[in-house]
Amino acid sequence: MSGFLSSSIARKVAMSLSALFLIIFLIIHFVANVTSLFSENVFNEVSHFMGTNPLIQFIVQPILIIGVVFHFIMGFVLEVKNKRARNVKYAKNNAAANSTWMSRNMIYSGLVVLAFLVLHFIDFWFPEMNYKYIEFLPEDPTRYYAELHHKFQNPLRVGAYVVAFILLALHLLHGFQSAFQSIGFNNKYTNCVKKLGKWYAILIPLGFIIIALCHHFNH
Amino acid sequence: MNLTLKIWRQKGPQDKGKMVEYKVTDISEHMSFLEMMDVLNEELVDKGEEPIAFDHDCREGICGMCSLHINGEAHGPDRGITTCQLHMRMFKDGDTIYIEPWRAKAFPVIKDLVVDRTAFERIQQAGGYISVNTSGNTQDANAIPIPKKNADLSMDAAACIGCGACVASCKNSSAMLFVSAKVSQFALLPQGKVEAADRVRNMVAQMDAEGFGNCTNTGACEVECPKEISLENIARLNREYLKASI
Repeated sequence: MSGFLSSSIARKVAMSLSALFLIIFLIIHFVANVTSLFSENVFNEVSHFMGTNPLIQFIVQPILIIGVVFHFIMGFVLEVKNKRARNVKYAKNNAAANSTWMSRNMIYSGLVVLAFLVLHFIDFWFPEMNYKYIEFLPEDPTRYYAELHHKFQNPLRVGAYVVAFILLALHLLHGFQSAFQSIGFNNKYTNCVKKLGKWYAILIPLGFIIIALCHHFNH
Repeated sequence: MNLTLKIWRQKGPQDKGKMVEYKVTDISEHMSFLEMMDVLNEELVDKGEEPIAFDHDCREGICGMCSLHINGEAHGPDRGITTCQLHMRMFKDGDTIYIEPWRAKAFPVIKDLVVDRTAFERIQQAGGYISVNTSGNTQDANAIPIPKKNADLSMDAAACIGCGACVASCKNSSAMLFVSAKVSQFALLPQGKVEAADRVRNMVAQMDAEGFGNCTNTGACEVECPKEISLENIARLNREYLKASI
């Protein structure tokens, strides 16, 4: 089993499973955010539930954080190992002839998403932890919408969000179908998975961008 | 046609090596790429210079020996071919052509354009076979019913000639297309299923020990493979490995 865990295929599978987990999480996050466009009350209710439910706070949230950290660390480990596998570079390498830009630059699109996550944590998660567990401020189930709306006042922040989500879309354009291939899923449904992956990679980040822009221009 | 060639020259495994420029003239567009290399080497010999070392054998696309990285692609710009099947008509008069050896830590350069691909041999020796008694009492293979689909998929995988273009093309120098073809050709047949678990475990362990990189599904290997081995084989390798390990 120890040989299995350190094998190249186990690493691939681990990357895929953490990626699939994050893909599902992104849908949930998107659905929660999209309510902010239609109803302040519904968004507040959803956010209050997510922010106070013990199952989500103390079980799902830590698993999510572990999943995110694992995906990034394993991504870096694989990148370093893969770089070492070619000690002399080609003088001329026409990589565009046989592979997509997205597939070759997952580390860079991933790094932009990581930088975005740091900004996102500073924007929302740290203030939330401070509110609930450090300053122990009184519960206010109606505060979430105003906090969200306020954050998108600054055009620089909105610009950073837009850039990050474009890079996330590029990451997902390769990553979605790649995750299925790595767990061995390549059969008559693969074309469906590839199409679904393209739609997911475009629509979900585009949706997040639209949400950010709507809040920005409604100020 | 007249061409400028930028070719990797390296005296031996310890030499640093460098790109050297050569000019060739009056090259016929009907020549194969290796014949063009032969013309250059004859000129070098006539001038008393060391000819360029490169691997070749059958010159009909089945031995997997020719291994040149041409203008940034394994076996050059054409598809589904080895270098001996690449014709000079794929290039234009006045072109500059870069010619380099496969680049991978697991494929060290021996001399000029020749690389050591014995890492593939060791992976094969780790399990790329079936243990059959060949004492004369071997059962007729046709006596075992095999679904046509599996026979075809196995044959497609067995078309792999072990040339290493997959490793050379992969940004991670991963050998997974090669290993997946060798695992698949047996895993799909009843004769190969008996030792399937040990085979896949041992071949993957050897692949990792040789220092090949990890597959990130860019698909470059499938595009550049002279035998057009499908990425489906890598998914099958992953399934076989998981089945054998968990």
